[in-house]
Amino acid sequence: MIEVEHLFKKYGDLLAVHDLSFSVKKGQIWGLLGPNAAGKTTTMRILTGYLSATDGKATVAGYDVFEQPNKVKRIMGYLPENVPLYPEMTVQSFLHFVAEIKQIPASTRKEAVEKSISLSTLEPVRGRLIKNISRGFKQRVGIAQALIHDPQVLILDEPTIGLDPAQIIEIRQLIKNLKGDHTIILSTHILAEVTQTCDGVVIINEGKLMAAGSLEELTASLQEKDGVFIRLREGGKEKVEHFQNIPGVDKVSIRDDGFSIEWTKGKDSRDDITRYIVERNWGLLEMRSLAMDIEELYLRVITGETEQ
Amino acid sequence: MSNIWAVCKKEIKTYFTSPIAYVTITVFLVLAGFFFQNLILWFNQYSMQMAQNPSYLQQININQMVFSPLFHNISLILLFIIPFLTMRLFSEEMKRKTDELLYTSPISVKQIILGKYFASLFVLLVMLLLTGILSMLTFVYGNPEVKPILIGYLGLFLMGATFMAIGTFYSSLTENQVVSAALALGTLLLLFVLNWASQFIQGIWKDVLNYVSFSQHFDNMTKGILDTADLVYYISFIFLGLFLAHSVILSRRWR
Ligand SMILES: Nc1ncnc2c1ncn2[C@@H]1O[C@H](COP(=O)(O)OP(=O)(O)O)[C@@H](O)[C@H]1O
Ligand SMILES: [Mg+2]
Repeated sequence: MIEVEHLFKKYGDLLAVHDLSFSVKKGQIWGLLGPNAAGKTTTMRILTGYLSATDGKATVAGYDVFEQPNKVKRIMGYLPENVPLYPEMTVQSFLHFVAEIKQIPASTRKEAVEKSISLSTLEPVRGRLIKNISRGFKQRVGIAQALIHDPQVLILDEPTIGLDPAQIIEIRQLIKNLKGDHTIILSTHILAEVTQTCDGVVIINEGKLMAAGSLEELTASLQEKDGVFIRLREGGKEKVEHFQNIPGVDKVSIRDDGFSIEWTKGKDSRDDITRYIVERNWGLLEMRSLAMDIEELYLRVITGETEQ
Repeated sequence: MSNIWAVCKKEIKTYFTSPIAYVTITVFLVLAGFFFQNLILWFNQYSMQMAQNPSYLQQININQMVFSPLFHNISLILLFIIPFLTMRLFSEEMKRKTDELLYTSPISVKQIILGKYFASLFVLLVMLLLTGILSMLTFVYGNPEVKPILIGYLGLFLMGATFMAIGTFYSSLTENQVVSAALALGTLLLLFVLNWASQFIQGIWKDVLNYVSFSQHFDNMTKGILDTADLVYYISFIFLGLFLAHSVILSRRWR
């Protein structure tokens, strides 16, 4: 449903999105996960046609985002990071205005407004001025305007940011209820958001893709391999080959000031590796397990300690 | 078309649900009324003096003595007031980040600009129609010709519409409304007085300055002279202002 291929975006000299590719299947909710300034908002603005890309391609439901922007806008709902609201309008008149500019025919407009009000449970505040309603309601008005034209695709930029815990749960439930009829991408910098609402995740940092896949795929691939990180008194590239010769070891790479050594899950090469090091008197300073779950993967992404 | 109307309606509502439109229209009417009253008082006094000398009486012309200067005065009030009406058109959207809603909707930038522009023209129309009530009072005092008055009003409308197009352009440039109003006001004043400089230069530049400046084109119309060249002048200016706003908005996407 959504395909992003080798997307680049430069703001002057700043490379905000760097060779980003991912795809989202129809009817699923995917999370775009990354720390602040990772490029989430930029990516979403490109997908919605608000910004151009410097290079690359993106399609939504088969329509090219850059070649056929109007086709894409008709089937896409967007909740920007700063919820776009006119404070001097009432909730209802605002939604009516959005229905007009989203090209909902006059005959079904009223119905669409009613539906979005009830979906987002805005009934209690429908006649109030937007400037007078609470943060949680404002966020829901934002979601209501995004889904008023029953779009196939929903792009939600940090939909729960700035809400209190009860409101967060409500909004998450609201989003989950939309799944199936809509394909959804939501961005967040909180892992829990992804594990609780999403089918898959695209992890980005500094504009670059760090990992992508369904939650099961990702967990499985992370658990497929087992390994250790070791630090020796003296490093050196030539040692990589030594480690590779140890039976059972699949992959050796230099990381930071040490080595990461991986083997297929089920075996355990720790004894062999330790013996090898001790026999050659290389001075083992540190050895820790590499076993990762998504949480640890994300932690490494945001602390900048990533596998190359 | 319905897209333009949707945006236009929203803008008109915003003008009239906030104090902006009421305040500007009131200020405008107070000033216009002040000028109008002075002109009428002066006209009465003058005609009374003339009445003692019947041979001069035919020369008294309310169109020339009241309306022509009144139109000039009103155009000057518009020049000062319109930047405050147009400053919010795009600046406010940018400040509130609501532009992100507009530009990600299936509606073109052209339609957004026209919708907003027509809404500001509507406010202009309201202001001019309200001064029209004042003008009708003159029928009590004299016997003005209707056609030159209508042409004068057309001139005022076109002049105001030109101011609004220039204001719209400046509003598209910045999210700061004060900056947008200041730039628009500066530009309008400059274009208003540009022909003053023309007396010091010769040749083609003299003609260029005179042509670009507002005054000459407006002068004709206040006297009831309708010339297509003047219409072309105003319409080109309006087109230029809106075209520049369009380019600015599109280019922002390519940041
Ligand atoms: N309009 C802009 N002009 C220049 N730099 C920008 C602009 N928008 C975002 N950036 C920069 O691009 C990077 C990515 O920003 P953003 O996409 O907002 O990240 P995120 O949404 O993941 O926090 C940041 O370093 C940010 O400062
Ligand atoms: Mg962001």
